[in-house]
Amino acid sequence: MAQADAAANNLNAGTDASSPSSSHRQAGVSRASSADNVLEVTDLRKYFPILRGFFRRQVGEVKAVDEVSFHVARGETLALVGESGCGKTTTGRCVMRAIEPSGGSVLFRKRDGEEFDITTLAKQDLRSVQQYMGMIFQDPFSSLNPRLTVLEIIGEPFITRRLITKRRELEEKVAQLLRSVRLDPTYMRRYPHAFSGGQRQRIAIARALALDPDFVVADEPVSALDVSVQAQILSLLKVLQSELHLTYLFITHNLSVVEYLSDRVSVMYVGQIVELGRTESIFSRPRHPYTEALLSAVPVVETGKAGRRRERIILEGDVADPSNVPTGCTFHPRCPYVQDICREEEPQLIDLAGANGSQPHLVRCHFADDLDLQGVGNALQ
Amino acid sequence: MSQTPLLLSVDNLATHFFSQEGILEAVDGVSFDIHAGEALGIAGESGCGKSVTAQSILRIVPKNGKIVTGAINLFQNGDSVDLVQLDDRGQQIRQIRGGEIAMVFQEPMAAFSMVYTIGNQITEVIRLHQECSQNEARERAVEMLRRVGMPQPEQTIDAYPFALSGGMRQRAMIAMALSCHPALLIADEPTTAVDVTIQAQVLELMKDLQRDMGMALIVITHDLAVISELCDRVMIMYLGKDVESAPADVIFRDPKHPYTVGLLRSVPELGEGHTQELDPISGSVPSPYRRPTGCPFHPRCPEFIPDVCDVDLPPQIELAGGHRVRCHLYVQD
Repeated sequence: MAQADAAANNLNAGTDASSPSSSHRQAGVSRASSADNVLEVTDLRKYFPILRGFFRRQVGEVKAVDEVSFHVARGETLALVGESGCGKTTTGRCVMRAIEPSGGSVLFRKRDGEEFDITTLAKQDLRSVQQYMGMIFQDPFSSLNPRLTVLEIIGEPFITRRLITKRRELEEKVAQLLRSVRLDPTYMRRYPHAFSGGQRQRIAIARALALDPDFVVADEPVSALDVSVQAQILSLLKVLQSELHLTYLFITHNLSVVEYLSDRVSVMYVGQIVELGRTESIFSRPRHPYTEALLSAVPVVETGKAGRRRERIILEGDVADPSNVPTGCTFHPRCPYVQDICREEEPQLIDLAGANGSQPHLVRCHFADDLDLQGVGNALQ
Repeated sequence: MSQTPLLLSVDNLATHFFSQEGILEAVDGVSFDIHAGEALGIAGESGCGKSVTAQSILRIVPKNGKIVTGAINLFQNGDSVDLVQLDDRGQQIRQIRGGEIAMVFQEPMAAFSMVYTIGNQITEVIRLHQECSQNEARERAVEMLRRVGMPQPEQTIDAYPFALSGGMRQRAMIAMALSCHPALLIADEPTTAVDVTIQAQVLELMKDLQRDMGMALIVITHDLAVISELCDRVMIMYLGKDVESAPADVIFRDPKHPYTVGLLRSVPELGEGHTQELDPISGSVPSPYRRPTGCPFHPRCPEFIPDVCDVDLPPQIELAGGHRVRCHLYVQD
């Protein structure tokens, strides 16, 4: 627990330290605007019990999310990246309280400044807060009910919350939502099966935006789509963000998408944040060996441009088992730079902001300062 | 490119599916050659017919599908067999499947049986194709598992597929496919279901194995970057047609077909920053039952020429350097 506090302090210190220098585009992210953070997550934990035997005895736990802290400023996009099993989806769900977190707090701030601690709200209050939060899922083939028409799918939140009672009014609202995601409103009487993957994802987005949320959790929204359609959805998400002043928590494993869409990125490994900072600085100079390996593992199209080919780092082995986390640094069995200390002592999340300028850059590595890691990107510096 | 002998020649292949909704022309007039040791990438979006092309080669097209025209000639030891003419349940094709030509699937969980150990399943393949005893087969299986980088192959050979992680399962499947030293390996989306770091491992492994064993490779994927990593030649498909094919370095540097150009522009590129402009192709792939007239790509094409593209199917045009493209823009008259 002491560790966690230290990490949290570091995190706060990081945000504080960065306040004076606000010449950057994201001038607001830090202290000055901490009043304008849509979301402040502190020490979020989600442990799943492992049950065995006839009596469902608990024999252990899976630490899916372990002491995760971050904030999302209004209007920005924070990406959560990592491989399967790193806890990124669980984090997204805990933030919405779609599943119950085991501990920690999630502070949500509405547009008018009203604050709620999501984790302690009663069911009824939670429901009324959840209307300010939308969620987009990965697979538009399973996230839309095949037995409802588009009108019913998008109109459902208005009906269940008794916001609109007149049919004409509802149809108008749905038509407007469909137009906002660039779909023809005349399609509203059709069923989901009549649409292609990209169109379905647009319907899912329209539904997520139905109640005019402040904050949207997008869980791998383009992974299930065709390549040419992915780009359409990504551009749409970007346009909607500026039109509707949305704040995104973007969960993905695709680093190219992260670079395209997000202002800040948080890299997760086995339930913990290992690196958190501005996208450009992390991508051009990662400070955690895992981030470096992730960036280097992405295959690139060889267009013949100079300097695109990089030395590839191939990690050994698999992602660690979150029910049986390695001692010390969780990444040490795969880390190419491993030292003795990594096997024994768990590194803290420290802020390197002092070292590289103004914006907080948190890293969980004993050698964050010493390693000279390879990033991607040529035009950036 | 053509110093090595020709291994497989697909000529004007057409595979159609017959269903109540009509005839689905999944593959419609595709031709390509593969030389021994060469790696060909087939890319395209869902519904373009890339997987059906692979199924046609192995003659494992689902029941309601049929190869309607074309020839698939497999050359081995100076002999050639037209796979299209073989009985798809006959002895000869069963010897070729898994023997001469092997396949790796996208979802290793679905390719393995749950109720047998991986060793059991790999030795079964070996004993089907090679004369050997159970013990010899097992030894070869262990050797193969070691070759694909499976940790402790002597123990993992007795593991059930569900006990392995995604990356390990993918390795086990590659080991099974390679256990009879095929001349051609077809990999259908080999890395789509695994994580990025595992993908890098699998790609590296396939590159090594291909080089060491001198086999030819067909990689089927929607991810052009994967093809760029692995392949010598690329064929881009759209709605059952081969719209463009060229050596990998040529096609990525100088794509000709508007669809290829669009595909390359629609993926955000790592290292290009926050400000890069995506230029997505408009619309989405039409239903294969309602295939557009003329060039199948014309409703989405930015270079659309009225009264030409929507009327005539563009012919295949040979450009310099083994670059073939099906587009009216390059017709010279």
